[in-house]
Amino acid sequence: MYVAVKGGERAIDNAHAWLAEERRGDTTVSELSVAQIREQLALAVNRVMAEGSLYDPDLAALAIKQARGDLIEAIFLIRAYRTTLPRLGASLPVKTEEMAVIRRVSATFKDLPGGQILGPTFDYTHRLLDFKLAAEGEVPAAPTAPASTAPVPHVTEFLNREGMIETEPTGDAQPADLTREPMELPANRALRLQAITRGDEGFILSMAYSTQRGYGRTHAFVGELRIGTVAVEMDIPELGFAVEIGEIELTECETVNQFKGSKTVAPQFTRGYGLVFGQTERKAIAMSLVDRSLRWAELGEDYTGAPAQDEEFVLMHADNVQATGFLEHIKLPHYVDFQSELELVRRLRAEVFATQEAAE
Amino acid sequence: MTDQAYNFAYLDEQTKRMIRRAILKGIAVPGYQVPFASREMPMPYGWGTGGVQVTAACLTPEDTLKVIDQGADDTTNAVSIRKFFQRTAGVAVTEATAEASIIQTRHRIPEATLTEGQILVYQVPIPEPLRFLEPRETETRKMHELEEYGLMHVKLYEDIARHGTIATAYAYPVKVEGRYVMDPSPIPKFDNPKLSNSAAIQLFGAGREQRIYALPPYTHVVSLDFDDHPFVPSKAPHDCDLCAASDSYLDEVITDDQGGRMFVCSDTDFCRTRREAGHLGPLGVPMQETV
Amino acid sequence: MNPDALLGGFADAPLQSARAFRGTLEALARPGEIREVTGAMPPAPLSVAAGVLLLILCDGTTSVHLAGAYDCAALRDWITFHCGAPLMAAEDAMFAVGDWDALQPVTRFAVGQPDYPDRSATLIIEMPDLSPQGQRLTGPGIATSAQLSLPETAAFRANRTLFPLGFDAFLTCGTQVAGLPRSTIVEES
Repeated sequence: MYVAVKGGERAIDNAHAWLAEERRGDTTVSELSVAQIREQLALAVNRVMAEGSLYDPDLAALAIKQARGDLIEAIFLIRAYRTTLPRLGASLPVKTEEMAVIRRVSATFKDLPGGQILGPTFDYTHRLLDFKLAAEGEVPAAPTAPASTAPVPHVTEFLNREGMIETEPTGDAQPADLTREPMELPANRALRLQAITRGDEGFILSMAYSTQRGYGRTHAFVGELRIGTVAVEMDIPELGFAVEIGEIELTECETVNQFKGSKTVAPQFTRGYGLVFGQTERKAIAMSLVDRSLRWAELGEDYTGAPAQDEEFVLMHADNVQATGFLEHIKLPHYVDFQSELELVRRLRAEVFATQEAAE
Repeated sequence: MTDQAYNFAYLDEQTKRMIRRAILKGIAVPGYQVPFASREMPMPYGWGTGGVQVTAACLTPEDTLKVIDQGADDTTNAVSIRKFFQRTAGVAVTEATAEASIIQTRHRIPEATLTEGQILVYQVPIPEPLRFLEPRETETRKMHELEEYGLMHVKLYEDIARHGTIATAYAYPVKVEGRYVMDPSPIPKFDNPKLSNSAAIQLFGAGREQRIYALPPYTHVVSLDFDDHPFVPSKAPHDCDLCAASDSYLDEVITDDQGGRMFVCSDTDFCRTRREAGHLGPLGVPMQETV
Repeated sequence: MNPDALLGGFADAPLQSARAFRGTLEALARPGEIREVTGAMPPAPLSVAAGVLLLILCDGTTSVHLAGAYDCAALRDWITFHCGAPLMAAEDAMFAVGDWDALQPVTRFAVGQPDYPDRSATLIIEMPDLSPQGQRLTGPGIATSAQLSLPETAAFRANRTLFPLGFDAFLTCGTQVAGLPRSTIVEES
């Protein structure tokens, strides 16, 4: 006698209960609060906001807690929530030149208006495990100085003044919204930048790194990397003017790249651009390299077959929620497909054996 | 009872309008993959997000929904999707194919002949039949435009040269109304004949790949083949050990580690219905004892 | 805007649009079958069925063309309020509404692109009456053949020669709707 396996629903409920217990962990250890995650794991929160395409540190922190620290799972939770929200309108382009910067470095000029501001960076920390942190010690307050009110203009604007760098076209055209329209290839730059800024940090990092190693050369200088807060403004038709609806923290990276030109066209540097939610400088730098790499056609460069030059390859594989879903789905039942192949291979083998026997 | 925190059938009305427009264009051009702005659903890509969005766009409160995975109503993902729609749309659910007005499926077409008024919604992982021959969407789109399907025939012919037969056992490509080559989703080729001339509407949803396509009722669907190597739907050469059916697609179940195995209908409703009608295979038992 | 424009939409959009879409889907999937759809009370001259189609399919992302007598203030206001759809010239419209004469010449509507045949217009043809008698229909969705009272034959035959391009049509009268996708072969009976 054979009784088919039943009880899928109970199995699912029990699995979820077990998961919740594991999430909480040892109950003699105090529970992590969402505020603790938001404040003390801020870079994880930033990544979840950037790749979740939703600027909300509290929800991102909640998602990290719910996902047991699995950031791709947290990004997925944020995306699934985000998609239920109505799209009320579009903000005006943020003015990053008016950013209240906490960090601003240029690799192309030793000093410049607005200055070099190191800010809260790991750059020069010695990567020695700090066992004092294990003792949960409080840290002394960092030294402060009065905030500068001087403007911090973009480095690329200095270059632009001399005509040394390509001028970005401006326009009022509404860019397509990747989250509301199907991806259409070839994509324009606005769509590519949307896909990269929410793309998987690891994937974008590797693509950028590959261009540095010669798979599609980007030859990038970091003209400027800036992190800080900007105002978000929205036109309110009923009022007839724009109002500030909030502030967000952004990381912006502008790279200055190899020049082009000819005997008749004066050479100019070219640009790569990265803009990401939160303090996310690895991602922003990587984004600007990948952006530049994907611009080979418009800048009249050769296609060398490098992965980072291949728009379709990059855009179709950058999204970690898509990638992880499709990758992991192969653990779902495939009895039927497998059975059809099993039957086919058995039949093909039987035919081979029959032919061999007939020959002998 | 529906979950009041979400709209009927989860999706907001604007999203449903967008999906509904895509479904209608799919119906108008059978077998053509219509791009749609697939939304992130509360289950992962690969778990049937395309099918779920299509079902959500078609569902009415009066519907009776059946969800199967691998032909079975009790596989975990089928249970999970069924529960999702019970929660968000409050619809009646059933395991009986004949009682369902919408059937969402992964990898099978039910054995029972579908009827007018029914909709079969397929979950599709890779909607592009040419994808494994040409990975670029920009290229395959051109191939569909120009009806350049030679590459597919070359692939099938290479199978014949190597194995003496076409070595595609599932997701076997079809041609719709003599125009578009279409991926029927990873159903076993045993199911392919049921695609053609069905009385039901067949809708295909690929969430991650952002495509919807459709077969209206009574649409002519042909599995690709050659005159000297005609298409043969195939299954394991056994009868169901529970209900003795000789004409249903079978799952193989390993029963011990001594090479013991049995074959049972993959369509659990079909098998149960037969056993209820008194058909018994060598390992079957009358229904009331197993329920 | 006329205050009447605020009236006549769905009272319970999620459920009413779900039911109406199912009827619409069945109508397009089974050319020749006439279905009933209800729930909209649009201003004249728009029929209930055409109003329902606009409510369930059109929004701020879809352009709509109003042909002939349908291009009136009452309808423009109603569509703007209930759908938010931009009103456009025939050549740029994803949806077009009017009686058959006003929609002429139908060759001006989008038929899609060879690589994107879905980017084609859908015509909502308002009919004085609608019955399962008239032109003979065959093709996908039809078991053997069907009949439908179409306003003419030649335009639909010409549209069919463009397949997989072509416009798609709904025929509406009162609360009745019938579908005529581009795939249907139309003949004089």
